[in-house]
Amino acid sequence: MTGWLGPEARDALRLSLLVAATATGASLLPGLAIATLLARGRFPGRMLLDTLVHLPLVLPPVVTGYLLLIVFGRRGIVGGWLADHLGLVLAFRWTGAALACAIMGFPLMVRAMRLSIEGVDRKLEEAAGTLGAGPAAVFALVTLPLVLPGVIAGAILSFARAMGEFGATITFVANIPGETQTLPSAIYTFTQVPGGEGDALRLTLVSVAVSMLALVLSELLARSLKRRLGA
Amino acid sequence: MSALSVAVAHRLGAFALDVAFEAPAGVTALFGRSGSGKTTLVNVIAGLLQPREGRVAVGGHLLLDTAGSVAVPRHRRRVGTVFQEGRLFPHLTVRQNLLFGRWFAPRGEPGAEVGAVVEMLGIGPLLGRRPAGLSGGEKQRVAIGRALLAKPRLLLMDEPLSALDDDRKAEILPYIERLRDRAGVPIVYVSHSVAEVARLADTLVVLDAGRVAAAGPAGEVLSRLNVAPLSGARESGAVLEARVAAHDDDFALTTLVTGAGALRVPRVAAPLGTTLRIQIPARDVMLSRDAPRHTSALNVLPATVAEIRPIDAAGATADLRLACGDAVILARITRLSLAEMGLVPGAAVFALVKSVALDPARPPARGGR
Repeated sequence: MTGWLGPEARDALRLSLLVAATATGASLLPGLAIATLLARGRFPGRMLLDTLVHLPLVLPPVVTGYLLLIVFGRRGIVGGWLADHLGLVLAFRWTGAALACAIMGFPLMVRAMRLSIEGVDRKLEEAAGTLGAGPAAVFALVTLPLVLPGVIAGAILSFARAMGEFGATITFVANIPGETQTLPSAIYTFTQVPGGEGDALRLTLVSVAVSMLALVLSELLARSLKRRLGA
Repeated sequence: MSALSVAVAHRLGAFALDVAFEAPAGVTALFGRSGSGKTTLVNVIAGLLQPREGRVAVGGHLLLDTAGSVAVPRHRRRVGTVFQEGRLFPHLTVRQNLLFGRWFAPRGEPGAEVGAVVEMLGIGPLLGRRPAGLSGGEKQRVAIGRALLAKPRLLLMDEPLSALDDDRKAEILPYIERLRDRAGVPIVYVSHSVAEVARLADTLVVLDAGRVAAAGPAGEVLSRLNVAPLSGARESGAVLEARVAAHDDDFALTTLVTGAGALRVPRVAAPLGTTLRIQIPARDVMLSRDAPRHTSALNVLPATVAEIRPIDAAGATADLRLACGDAVILARITRLSLAEMGLVPGAAVFALVKSVALDPARPPARGGR
């Protein structure tokens, strides 16, 4: 492996895995909360929330990245506050790449979770209530296990999206080797320099392998869960 | 003090429910055809529906009182509910389903033992399995156990057998009878089947179009004529307590002593002295003005016509209430026969009982498929 991939390419792969895992992990709870809100909630502004969540899916990624730069940059409203009060800088850091990936993957994650929550038979939750389980216990012991396939599917979609994110990331945090140069950015860079074709091709193969692995894994998980539920 | 006290007024679209009844301990059957308000009432008692006005108390615990702004949430009511469709948790094993309510039941309070419930319902072999692999009858038995193990103050059974075929029903009924006799928890049993109600209920509340049409001890209410049209035309009949008095091995017959007199029926596999509940379907009672001789009917009971009621004026049949010994039995004959025989209240007749529907304590179908 060491000889096969150059050091730059290896850094890019490692960084991409870190960024995708962070983005997915950080999105899980907010994703579940918003999916539950959209699936179950009846409140004014529900349409607006739905639209906002889905916006990154239809906006050009460059636009999303630029908006992130305006809001979360060193001089942005949120970015400035984070830097001054928490010492957390997102612009041109790998954490910023994770934020960009999280936002780009968020609609996919929320969609999968929401469908799953809407599919839960609420009569089972009623039954749990009559057995003495309060609302929190019903959610933890009945709802959550039943939506687990959707949560996993959402997480895998979000992870795969993060591994491939390019436009928003490069706009928000640029393309700094070792800090913000993720796999797609690295492939792009290799195709721009003479003699980079070999690395570009090898990283492309890695990218295909990672994506296929994610798909196979999600399929296997879905199958085993389905078998457990006897569907 | 009554075990259960219910008063509910609610409106759902064009349907109005206005019901009040009190019931002692034991099995209270809520009986009526679909659309009579049974399920709405169940949802109010279980806390799944907040009625416009209502008061529900179980064994002295006030669960709902709209006048006093009391509305105990469903998870604090401790009303164990067995739903029509079982509603087992598909992601849990049978054992985990059974133990679900234990997490929330108050500790230290007496309740059913897991082992005893598993044994009573015959679900030991199923414990490691998941609901998806169970038959309909097995699912309902697990659902009953699950509700019982939550240490309920009241067990609410909403047509637990209606989704099952006759064989599965016959498989489960003995378990529910055992529950009635052993568990010591008041039970509300919702049904539209006369046979189930006759077999299980101590108290009967008949609902019709959102109102209480009749209420009282089960045998008495079932024998009243006005229940017949509510119960579907074919099934009405008198319900009697019967004691096994003698067995005749030569002819494979059993003699039962009832308030209406002695009845000989095909051999019943029950020891002498056993008390059974039997139903005499109204359509299986023939009438004769003279004492019939040379008849194949084994059971001929002298009786007096107490009441005559056409089911509907345009229909072919009429129902008669007959005073027969200490009991009342029902007969359904054609209006033509009624006219030709010249029957009026007070007339002396002989009732020929063609069949007696008894569900003797048949050997419980253990772990049946």
